[in-house]
Amino acid sequence: MSKILEDLRYADSHEWVKVEGDIATVGITDYAQHALGSIVYVDMPEEGDEVTAGEDFGAVESVKAASDLISPVSGEVVEINTALEDEPELLNQDAFANWIMKVKLSDASEVDGLLTADAYAKICEE
Amino acid sequence: MIFELSRPGRKGYELPADKYNTDGLKDIPADLLRTQPLDLPEVSELDVVRHYTNLSNKNFGVDTGFYPLGSCTMKYNPKISEELSAHPAFAGLHPLQDADSAQGALELYYNLQHALSSLAGLSEFTLNPYAGAHGELTGLMIMKEYHRSRGDHKRTRVIIPDSAHGTNPASAMVAGMEVVEVKSKPNGSVDVEDLKPLLDDTVAGIMMTNPNTLGMFEIEIMEIAKLVHEAGGLLYYDGANFNPLLGRVRPGDMGFDIMHINLHKTFSTPHGGGGPGSGPVGVRKGLEKFLPNPRVKKGEDGKFYVEFDKDSLGSVSTFFGNFSVMMRAYAYILSLGKENIRNVGPMATLNANYIKESLKDDYLLPIDGVCKHEFVFDGLKDKSTGVTTLNVAKRLLDYGFHAPTIYFPLLFHESMMIEPTETESLETLDEFIEVMHKVAKEARETPEDVKNAPLSTAVRKLDETSAAKNPILTYKGMKSQD
Amino acid sequence: MPHTESDIRKMLDKIGVEKIDDLYSDVPQEVIFREEYDLPSAMSEIELRRHFEELGKKNRTLTVFGGGGVYDHYSPSVIPHLLARSEFYTAYTPYQPEISQGTLQYIFEYQSMISELTGMEATNASMYDGATATAEAMFMMVASARKKNRVVLSETISERVLEVVKTYADFHGVDLTVVPAKDGVTDREAVSAEIGKGDVAGVIVACPNRYGIIEDFTGLADEIHAAKGYLAINADPSTLAVLRTPAEWGADIAVGDGQSLGMPMSFGGPYLGYMSCGKDMLRKMPGRVVGATKDIDGKRCFVLTLQAREQHIRRQKATSNICSNQSLMALYATIYLSLMGRQGLVEVNTLSCDGAHYLYKKLIETGKFEPAFNKPFLKEFTLKTNLDVEKLNEYLLKNDIMGPISAGEGLVSFAVTEKRTKEEIDKLVTLISEI
Repeated sequence: MSKILEDLRYADSHEWVKVEGDIATVGITDYAQHALGSIVYVDMPEEGDEVTAGEDFGAVESVKAASDLISPVSGEVVEINTALEDEPELLNQDAFANWIMKVKLSDASEVDGLLTADAYAKICEE
Repeated sequence: MIFELSRPGRKGYELPADKYNTDGLKDIPADLLRTQPLDLPEVSELDVVRHYTNLSNKNFGVDTGFYPLGSCTMKYNPKISEELSAHPAFAGLHPLQDADSAQGALELYYNLQHALSSLAGLSEFTLNPYAGAHGELTGLMIMKEYHRSRGDHKRTRVIIPDSAHGTNPASAMVAGMEVVEVKSKPNGSVDVEDLKPLLDDTVAGIMMTNPNTLGMFEIEIMEIAKLVHEAGGLLYYDGANFNPLLGRVRPGDMGFDIMHINLHKTFSTPHGGGGPGSGPVGVRKGLEKFLPNPRVKKGEDGKFYVEFDKDSLGSVSTFFGNFSVMMRAYAYILSLGKENIRNVGPMATLNANYIKESLKDDYLLPIDGVCKHEFVFDGLKDKSTGVTTLNVAKRLLDYGFHAPTIYFPLLFHESMMIEPTETESLETLDEFIEVMHKVAKEARETPEDVKNAPLSTAVRKLDETSAAKNPILTYKGMKSQD
Repeated sequence: MPHTESDIRKMLDKIGVEKIDDLYSDVPQEVIFREEYDLPSAMSEIELRRHFEELGKKNRTLTVFGGGGVYDHYSPSVIPHLLARSEFYTAYTPYQPEISQGTLQYIFEYQSMISELTGMEATNASMYDGATATAEAMFMMVASARKKNRVVLSETISERVLEVVKTYADFHGVDLTVVPAKDGVTDREAVSAEIGKGDVAGVIVACPNRYGIIEDFTGLADEIHAAKGYLAINADPSTLAVLRTPAEWGADIAVGDGQSLGMPMSFGGPYLGYMSCGKDMLRKMPGRVVGATKDIDGKRCFVLTLQAREQHIRRQKATSNICSNQSLMALYATIYLSLMGRQGLVEVNTLSCDGAHYLYKKLIETGKFEPAFNKPFLKEFTLKTNLDVEKLNEYLLKNDIMGPISAGEGLVSFAVTEKRTKEEIDKLVTLISEI
């Protein structure tokens, strides 16, 4: 059973979002890292890039699969987690502690449309 | 590693002396010349011969043993085809030399495309595409060009079954088309009820594999062809699975408008460890003018010529494709002739069904009924042992067989796709069946032996994760890691 | 097909059907083909050999002075012997690494050698040909330069490559700008103007170019990099033993056709397309890649890696649809480069270059040709002439010579390799001066 944190919001494409002020921290869920297996590479955006909710902002690669990262929110990328460049396996170790990007939200209301922990848990069960 | 045999000053070649009394390189400004060192091996001819001969011994080919790799049609590659493909009267031809001086090569190209047309029930083939995927791309370009030529620019969507080879959607993407998935029924065939609502005026066509990737014939093909044509779309036939139909059923007669053929599957040219292959593309009457340039044609005087057609979709290859591969396929067709080629599909189908029926006691057969050239097991029947399809595949290596295709199609969790081809004897099939039973027995009695397989190969389980995480792709890269 | 009547009977019984036709009972009977194929009857080996012999007689192997991207280089005798090892040629793609170390290791060696030639860190296991590899480089630049879809291509690239890249761009939907040549080389001002517009994902140039000219790309890489785009150079790999490498020019991708590495011209194929890039673009590179690793016993071995990018996993999200490589031709190139080594390849270029310069001088002396561009060249060069090119080539063909390639209005390109002798060149010049 994958771990799901209560106080986060989720996208059905298996990203999590944590909002603090107008900054959203985005990562992939424990379920996603588990499904991918040993992650070998994370393709991240650059600081200053604009991301759009529902569109891809990078990709995660494991030995056998590659999956696009779909941004749950829109805005400007203000920081990326450079630790993942050399140690992509951190996502396997703890997908919630190791975020991928921080976005300055252009439309904070988008977050309200995301899934709650309970709703996301139901998707994972299916 | 050949680099490790290198000794400064040793050489493996001889070239004629330079008699020109000129120093051409001096005329080239120094800043246009290389200054980086060039660390190629310095080895003798015998070093090279031994090194690569020894490397060949670390390989498994069709000539080594049975290769039941589903979807890959690993048939025997006749040696006469190899001999003829190296014919010196063809090897020294420059692709841009005058057509008059290359009539034999052009005739061969023309005859082969004509033979393929007859075997496929289509009007004309191009032999220019280099591989199956390249053929798919070319075929989709033809589809798109056909609609564009009629000014119908909104037809940009291609329907592809969710059970299709992964290459189909990738080819559509490269051709700048949008993929629409049509669902498969539990037996893997296209769900006609799911297809119907997709057929609107944005549909360029459908790509189908028949028999499908489960080895089952699409029994509703005539209905599908009718529906797609009525909606204004074209039907593309993925020739990856043409082998069971060769000699029995022609894609053109089933309503397909465009198809590619993998010469390295159905027409017995070697796979070469990954290529070169060849992916000729055929079209029905009316679509010939869209075929890629250059085209080889026959004049009224019986002479062959090369043409660049203005209606063509353009060029997908530098010249005429992998010509010496075509020579092999041509030799193969001629050696079978119009009579024996009729047996190819039936014998391939017979072999597949024989293995299927012989193994379904130990392996889970998800779809019953007569298959075509290949079929899929969903792993071992007894799921309690914890032995996976991957374990079985690796254990087969210990017993001197190549593994089947595994984890494809994606419709089942433990897919194991077996394709024996028509060139294997009953004795070989029986040996394979016996070993498969033995592995199933081991899975029950000594599962650790199967789970740790392979045990006897030159190298064993490889660390693929570190290879992907920290890619070492050259000898230099390898040395810098040491 | 080995089955005897009794084998077939036994197998049908096991399957539980009566006759072969029953294996096709699921096929609509109206599409079962019952007529005769329009093919000859079966031929024995004797007849097949005779047939190929007869076809072969309709070909003429010429003394080649044309290039256009295909060069009549020397092929060492060793290579076909080793390629004939059926453990190599009857193997499939090395998906089972435990029994495919032969293929995997030679691909690794191939990658290492091509990386030496291009000066770049990574090389894939090969593409179909130089033209499609160039088209793939275009896609790769577009995929890497996010949200930019325009690629600038210098018209000085080989004509056939240009045609293929145009076709790929047209269908895929890449906005391709072809910048016309200026005085036989890339029009740098025009390219700069395009880059200045800010929407260019990449620039593609060639060296030597379609006229045989060795172009000077000083500053080009910096210019396109400053605009957040990429540079791809299409280069003849044989010439990279002596010419400044794509890496030295600052290119991000190097592509080209491997034919010049001693491969028989074979009427257009098979050859291979090579592709190299730096580590930063590695994960956008299409095609197969082999990496070194270890097995559980700690033994050095090789495996297909970075496969997650490939079409069979990514389906329509892959950047390319390529599944195969020209594996056996990669083995060809690997053995060729092993035999020749650096010194051999330098000698090949020196001989070709000296022969070409000798022919150049002699042709000018005939008074029938004039220098077209006066720019540095290696083994291929372009001249201006008033001669009717078609007639010239017909005349040379009668003398078993493949003459120059037409390079545009009043322009012809000659190529000389190490296989041409001084005597052959003198004969060509004599024939031409007698016109």
